[in-house]
Amino acid sequence: MSSTLPLFPPSASTVAGDVDALFFFILAVSAFFAVLVSVLILYFTFKFKGKHGEAGADIHGSLTLELIWTGIPFVLAMVMFVWGAQLFFTLAKPPADAMDVFVVGKQWMWKVQHPEGVREINELHVPIGRPVRLTLGSEDVIHDFYIPAFRVKMDVVPGRLTTMWFTATKTGEYHIFCSQYCGTKHSGMIGTVVAMQPEDYEAWLAGGRSTGSAVQNGERLFTELSCITCHKADSSGRGPTLAGVFGSTVQLNDGRKVLADENYLRESIMSPQAKVVQGFQPIMPTFQGLVSEENLLQLIAYVKTLKPAEPASAPVKK
Amino acid sequence: MKEADVQQEPSYLGAPYGLASWLLTKDHKRIAILYLISITIFFAIGGSFAAMIRAELVTPQGDFLTADLYNKVFTLHGVVMIFFFLIPSIPATLGNFFMPIMIGAKDLAFPRINLLSWYIYVVGATLTLAAVIMGGVDTGWTFYTPYSSISSTTNVTTAALGVFITGFSSILTGFNFIVTVHRMRAPGMTWFRMPLFVWANYATSLVMILGTPVIAITVLLIAAERALHLGVFDPRIGGDPVLFQHLFWFYSHPAVYIMILPGMGVISELVANVSRKQIFGYSFVAFSSLAIAIIGFLVWGHHMFVTGQSIYAGLVFSIITMLVAVPSAVKTFNWTATMYKGAVVWDSPLFWVLGFMGLFLIGGLTGLFLGAMGLDIHLHDTYFVVAHFHYIMVGGGVMAFLGGLHFYWPKMTGRMYSEPLAKVASMLVFFGFNLTFFPQFIVGYMGMPRRYHSYPAEFQVFNVLSTAGATVLGAGYLMILLYLVYSIVKGPKAPMNPWGATGLEWKIQSPPITHNFHETPVVTEEAYDYLHAPAPTREVTHHE
Ligand code: HEC
Ligand SMILES: [Cu+2]
Ligand SMILES: [Cu+2]
Repeated sequence: MSSTLPLFPPSASTVAGDVDALFFFILAVSAFFAVLVSVLILYFTFKFKGKHGEAGADIHGSLTLELIWTGIPFVLAMVMFVWGAQLFFTLAKPPADAMDVFVVGKQWMWKVQHPEGVREINELHVPIGRPVRLTLGSEDVIHDFYIPAFRVKMDVVPGRLTTMWFTATKTGEYHIFCSQYCGTKHSGMIGTVVAMQPEDYEAWLAGGRSTGSAVQNGERLFTELSCITCHKADSSGRGPTLAGVFGSTVQLNDGRKVLADENYLRESIMSPQAKVVQGFQPIMPTFQGLVSEENLLQLIAYVKTLKPAEPASAPVKK
Repeated sequence: MKEADVQQEPSYLGAPYGLASWLLTKDHKRIAILYLISITIFFAIGGSFAAMIRAELVTPQGDFLTADLYNKVFTLHGVVMIFFFLIPSIPATLGNFFMPIMIGAKDLAFPRINLLSWYIYVVGATLTLAAVIMGGVDTGWTFYTPYSSISSTTNVTTAALGVFITGFSSILTGFNFIVTVHRMRAPGMTWFRMPLFVWANYATSLVMILGTPVIAITVLLIAAERALHLGVFDPRIGGDPVLFQHLFWFYSHPAVYIMILPGMGVISELVANVSRKQIFGYSFVAFSSLAIAIIGFLVWGHHMFVTGQSIYAGLVFSIITMLVAVPSAVKTFNWTATMYKGAVVWDSPLFWVLGFMGLFLIGGLTGLFLGAMGLDIHLHDTYFVVAHFHYIMVGGGVMAFLGGLHFYWPKMTGRMYSEPLAKVASMLVFFGFNLTFFPQFIVGYMGMPRRYHSYPAEFQVFNVLSTAGATVLGAGYLMILLYLVYSIVKGPKAPMNPWGATGLEWKIQSPPITHNFHETPVVTEEAYDYLHAPAPTREVTHHE
């Protein structure tokens, strides 16, 4: 326990410094205007102290002044907008080499699954220096996964998947908070991020009990839930082949085209009738209520690995 | 002049007597008083919930409230304060009382509808109180789905219906105000001679009639989903939980302007009066109200930057949010410039103006932090947001309401309160407020999420400061209640124009007669013509 009073959260991710920089910029601008206006008002209050029955000067306004004090705040506000938007884009686009971790929120705990299959509850071990991309799902209501030390947060919304990413820079333990109100133990839905040296992380992973990697589990589920009977590696099944579907553009039978991202895969499994692939009948049963949010993430992880069989001869889709 | 004979007339307060004459009144002034009493009761209720929250948060762990009870308490604090105090506060009391007088009308356009709005408000409020007595509701005032529609086992439906019903009261008041401003202005009262308080109430009314139906439908959909399992918001039956947030904030962001625009109107009146000077840039102040009302409808998505909404939607919401800061800045600069070369009178209204400016500045500027998308990711749903909106809605809104109440009290009640006490109270409220909410900016940036019943120990210092501040703030409010009530009983009689103010409301007796004016006034001058303002008639009280 340090004896000094902390006034500022630890900065332990690559973006934390950028977020703080924007914070201090807006703080400086705000402080300038707050002091300017306060000093002027107080100065006028004393300087132009008057008596009852007196009248102030006959001034009605000034177009020049109005333009100045419309223009300057406008420009400053736009600078803040652009800066904030840039930062947001950085935070919204995970680097391609990010390591995938799945997080499922439910009243009132966080369930974490590492790519190699190690699971933990209300804790998240990560290596420093390596981008980590979290895919978040909820089993009940909306939660929010928030790591103040990394300056990142994302809502965890039932019925869809959301993602967030960070690269930890300093080893240590940091808070995880649920920051979207979710019922009785909302304030108990907290946890700890443990940022470790990469070799310590590897050791930790090796020591953890793995129940198979996400992809392996997904593959098992794919057979158990008999997805495999309709979705074959070639186009001989009653459903479309799933090889190469992730990241492709899918033509639907109502004429629309959609990008097959994680949320599309999720929807295809949970409500298959919502978007039906062109050339197929809407015969796929819904798996709503049959697969848990975690199983769903595993299935998706598996489907993402399915690549077209002979990439060399695969025709370029137009 | 003829002031002496005018004072002989019975005022609206005493003609006629009796409870029935009040409960069936069509007089906008009496209805304003009915509202004033009702919202004061709700302010006290909402305030006691706040006291419970602050007491619980003194220590990191849960103490005397269970988690469930705490969740109900903060929900009710929000619901009561927003729907039953802040939204009706200035429009339904000061607006109701003074807007018709300021434009030279004998009443609002539809006096019966005005009374109906009050009854609707009472029914809605009673229903919500019934929800409290039945065991409370724990969804937060934001009623987010699917928690509210499928998960919460509390009295969501009853509370939602209370809010739904109260919405009609707002819609009717807004409608009444708009028609009144269009149709009832006295001869010579052109649009640009109207006091800025009227402009502000007009802009507020637009927001009320355009926005309130949406929240009404939204809370009704929650009730329907709970009762009939319609798949609107519940993803398991095909609904979209985030759709709720769109609908909710489409109203509730503009609702912030319902709470602050009338306050800006009050401050415009007060600034001109304490400076004894024409308001600087009248038309800029007037049009900035309209700009805020209109642009305010296009920013709701800034509450949803982290819900996974499209980045491009987020961009649009962020840029418009930044734009809406500009008209607020314009107002602030104009108020400041109004004091330049004024004859600033150090009466109690000045103290409320200074307090408002200080708090509103901080509230407005901290909005910029939240409008900048990349920064909002960190700040969203933390105590930073709690502090920000309290600075706007309580710092700005309540300070302006109290300022207006003190300024117009002599006219409304015919009594003067103690000036020194009012000055002390305004300072207590100002310091108490800052002590309560400023630490929350810091603890918010440190990461403390809102709606937390227990929290990590490193946040404790700030919470203790907050609670200490809340105590001072509470004492300030209580003091105001006491000396204002005392003034009704024992206060000296108020003269016609204690502040030497311009405007039709100060040319009639205090308190006014039922029909406001003996004959319809004819307006020949612009608003705030302080060059020709009367000296204050202050025979009864004197500061110093
Ligand atoms: C009864 C046969 C059947 C079963 C069993 C089945 N599907 Fe399907 N699936 C289909 C058909 C037919 C389509 C195409 C029509 C549509 O989009 O609904 C489809 C579409 C899909 C798509 C979208 C493919 C694309 O090209 O866009 C995905 C992803 C998918 N299924 C995954 C699964 C998974 C995972 C399972 C097991 C949990 C599963 N399916 C089980 C028949 C089936
Ligand atoms: Cu949660
Ligand atoms: Cu929560």
